[in-house]
Amino acid sequence: MYKEFTTISEVAGSLLTVEEVEDARYMEIVEIELQDGSRRRGQVLMTSKGEALVQVFEGTEGIGVGQSKVKFLGRVMELPVSPDILGRVFNGSGVPIDGGPGIVPDARLDINGSPINPVARDYPIDFIQTGISAIDGLNTLVRGQKLPIFSASGLPHARLAAQIARQAKVLGEEEKFAVVFGALGITFEEANYFISELRNTGAIERSVIFVNLADDPVVERIITPRMALTAAEFLAFEMDMQVLVILTDMTNYCEALREVSAARREIPGRRGYPGYLYTDLATMYERAGRIQGKKGSITQIPILTMPEDDKTHPIPDLTGYITEGQIILNRQLQHKGIYPPIDVLPSLSRLRDKGIGEGKTREDHPDVANQLFAAYARGREAEELATILGEASLTDLDRLYIKFAKEFEETFIQQGEYEDRSIENTLSRGWNLLRMLPREELKRIQDIHLELFYDNNQSSSSEE
Amino acid sequence: MLEGSTKGVILSVNGPVVVAIGLPGAKMYDLVKVGEDKLVGEIIGLSQDKATIQVYEETAGIRPGEPVESTYEPLSVELGPGLIGSIFDGTQRPLEVIREISGDFIARGVEVPALDRSKKWDFHPLVEVGEEVEPGDILGEVPETTAISHRVMVPPDVRGKIREIKEGSFTVEEVIAIVDQGGEERPLTLMQRWPVRTPRPYKRKVNLDEPLITGQRVIDTFFPIAKGGVACIPGPFGSGKTVVQHQLAKWSDADVIVFIGCGERGNEMTDVLMEFPELVDPYTGEPLMKRTVLIANTSNMPVAAREASVYTGITIAEYFRDMGYRVALMADSTSRWAEAMREISGRLEEMPGEEGFPAYLGSRIASFYERAGKVIALGKEDRTGSLTVVGSVSPPGGDLSEPVTQNTLRVVQVFWGLEDRLAYQRHFPAINWLISYSLYLPHLEKFWRENVAPDFSANRNLAMQILQQEAELEEIVRLVGVESLSFRERFVLEIARSIREDFLQQSAFQEVDTFSSLRKQYLMLKLIITYYQEGLKALERGLSLRDILSIPAREKIGRAKYIPEEKIETLEELIEEVQEEIANKLKGEVESNV
Repeated sequence: MYKEFTTISEVAGSLLTVEEVEDARYMEIVEIELQDGSRRRGQVLMTSKGEALVQVFEGTEGIGVGQSKVKFLGRVMELPVSPDILGRVFNGSGVPIDGGPGIVPDARLDINGSPINPVARDYPIDFIQTGISAIDGLNTLVRGQKLPIFSASGLPHARLAAQIARQAKVLGEEEKFAVVFGALGITFEEANYFISELRNTGAIERSVIFVNLADDPVVERIITPRMALTAAEFLAFEMDMQVLVILTDMTNYCEALREVSAARREIPGRRGYPGYLYTDLATMYERAGRIQGKKGSITQIPILTMPEDDKTHPIPDLTGYITEGQIILNRQLQHKGIYPPIDVLPSLSRLRDKGIGEGKTREDHPDVANQLFAAYARGREAEELATILGEASLTDLDRLYIKFAKEFEETFIQQGEYEDRSIENTLSRGWNLLRMLPREELKRIQDIHLELFYDNNQSSSSEE
Repeated sequence: MLEGSTKGVILSVNGPVVVAIGLPGAKMYDLVKVGEDKLVGEIIGLSQDKATIQVYEETAGIRPGEPVESTYEPLSVELGPGLIGSIFDGTQRPLEVIREISGDFIARGVEVPALDRSKKWDFHPLVEVGEEVEPGDILGEVPETTAISHRVMVPPDVRGKIREIKEGSFTVEEVIAIVDQGGEERPLTLMQRWPVRTPRPYKRKVNLDEPLITGQRVIDTFFPIAKGGVACIPGPFGSGKTVVQHQLAKWSDADVIVFIGCGERGNEMTDVLMEFPELVDPYTGEPLMKRTVLIANTSNMPVAAREASVYTGITIAEYFRDMGYRVALMADSTSRWAEAMREISGRLEEMPGEEGFPAYLGSRIASFYERAGKVIALGKEDRTGSLTVVGSVSPPGGDLSEPVTQNTLRVVQVFWGLEDRLAYQRHFPAINWLISYSLYLPHLEKFWRENVAPDFSANRNLAMQILQQEAELEEIVRLVGVESLSFRERFVLEIARSIREDFLQQSAFQEVDTFSSLRKQYLMLKLIITYYQEGLKALERGLSLRDILSIPAREKIGRAKYIPEEKIETLEELIEEVQEEIANKLKGEVESNV
């Protein structure tokens, strides 16, 4: 039996100090029993001879000094897993909340996981077709990648993520696919939107959902994404499934971490976030990937909202340094009525170059993508110049580029929420745009591709 | 190593920082084994009988009362055959072996020696019995890989007469020589150990006068780094730091490459591991992996080991430098190293300096970069070896005023400033030519003159001027429009664009473009400069800008980068073509006027 302690000496915020403890383990799980018999859980944050600092997940309301009982469980936080977790909804601590039965576990997994040995990793190279031109054509997602969406309040990141979850597929293969969704401090509406999207498409059967809503305990938010990723690792590496993990909203997660850090009186880093925010985020984002000899994979799409649309805020900044690119949503495009409002220029997929081209998408894809980027960037620059000087003072070529940029936004980026474009469709849209420009401007494209696609107007008959 | 070490006990655990009591005789930076799992740690603070320890592995589950054992030895690396082609974690544990033991995920407390104990190496002695040897002298050679011959050296603390020397196959622990050091027998093996935080000794440093040729045009031609020099690459995320580092690791004309992935992505290390055995070194024709040592402490691996990883890497690099090799070390990213220092410092509740970094940040950075250089190594034969260090910096928000960048800029001689604006335009490498610099330019002048072409520097300087001028002219265009510029100025803008797009931009992923020899770089730039000079002359003689810009050779300038090395002479023909076409246009102009 576990020994119970009634020696809580201090309660501050979400933290308890327990005295006269017999050597608590670092990160050990504790159970707190209140006077009314209700139970809460917490975790040891700091341990020294005879004293432990405990963080309570569900809040310290009702916990009294010298009255509540504390039990140290001798193990770290675990998630019970079995194939039956598919189709289930859990709260942020991994307890089922869909009215179904409890999980009879095959195994209990440490939610902190262990780092994947870099030697054991397999490089992600399989193209995932999301059916969205701005992603497939220019910022290609590959299987095993971690590609966040940098959004801001009022932008349709939820719809975009749901569209990706609906449409994502690897070409030419029938494989077991699963979605793990982690809601971190979002509203009931937003969480419900995702769940009903999954339900409507029947995807709910192969989904696992963890929900920590805006009014759920803040500290619990710190373990929710780890629960989700542990479930994802089980599905990917034990059950050979292709797992897509969507975590939203990472900004709420980071704020929860800051709150706990402040309560511990730690020396803050930038903007009050703890100095270890980078390492902390990395231990989650790095859980994406593929492993040699295993069929499954984990692809992560974390969503975060940039405070004040500021990309240099610590949360998007540190995320961008860890993840393999980012999809950035832009308010101006949203105002122009473009969906999805993806600003392709600052967006990036670092794994694109290994996932596209001959044998993967099409041999001209890398060149087309580079040329579209360069041309669109030039068009945007010319647009800026035109707003200062007026279009009349621009060269003919610059005016052409402005037209190009406009067409690009309207025919390439813009698409329907339920429009699922094939990669061929996306590329021929690209060529249609590039044909607006004179041949000598297309320096990024090798001659053989120009001959085949630029000179040959046949390919413009896109299969729509 | 002292046997019978006394055991202490853990007093408290706070993240990677553990406080223990009862370790008599413990010294700063001694290596300790913490807890029942024997996690590896290092003593970073002593106060009376308490020792503060940073643990290199995850500490969850550890509790007060568990034992702590000191090895009474500082964190050291094993130096000997078997380093090349291996991948280690931050404390030199071989990741391949860890995988065999603990599977796809890294378990805690795995104790494995850095170098394979069972593998036999062929050793050919180069000294004879009775010979006097001093530290650094070469005892013999081991063909470690097809690209690198491992020179087995007399360790820095051994000197005397060779009493015995063997030839044949040996493991790294078997005795290959015995030295009589003033009557005392010193058995020597293929392997030696060295504490990572102490720089390895050498005779003296010498001046740098040779460039590290990287095959990257913007670097070699515009902002070169000398062999033995130090450079930094700061840039916001997505600006291509890692790609530049990888390009340097691939194409630099160094003998040995040490690549440290410090707190970065796991997939990037996998990329190197998968790609390097396939890629061929343009200088030796051997696979790149045969000259590369990898240190991987990715962002999700324990933070204390990340702090150690840069020292582990640079000590290995110094060891090869001492053999007389030209070594290049890439550290990606030094900001993660600095953050690891900050995290540990925070846990120790030290008084923070700027942005929470410890006050000793600057001195640590400086002493790390100071370990680079070109040296005369220990030993009778005065071998020259060099160690070039390139560190990437990841400034938060891309803001270069932050402490890590500023402290780094104080010590490095080359600055390759990456910019996200260029990256958005897919101008790669996104090195901004207006803010970057290399202080080695004057030292390398002679090399260019003698080994490439007499006008190499002149062309470079002219190109730089044109780019500067472009920046000024663009200001004007932004204010009053392109109409206000003279034809001459508009021509300058066109040439600047050509320098940017046809010379500075270089694709890391295009087979031919990924590497340019110095000769090719010279000819490519000369091509653009010739067009500029001939064009200017023609403009003065009345030819219209439209005519100059419409010569057919112009499209070929844009595609010059795709000309393979073996057809480099077509570039010389192209230069003549440009001259002829402009001359013809001029002739046509004159005739039509007649």
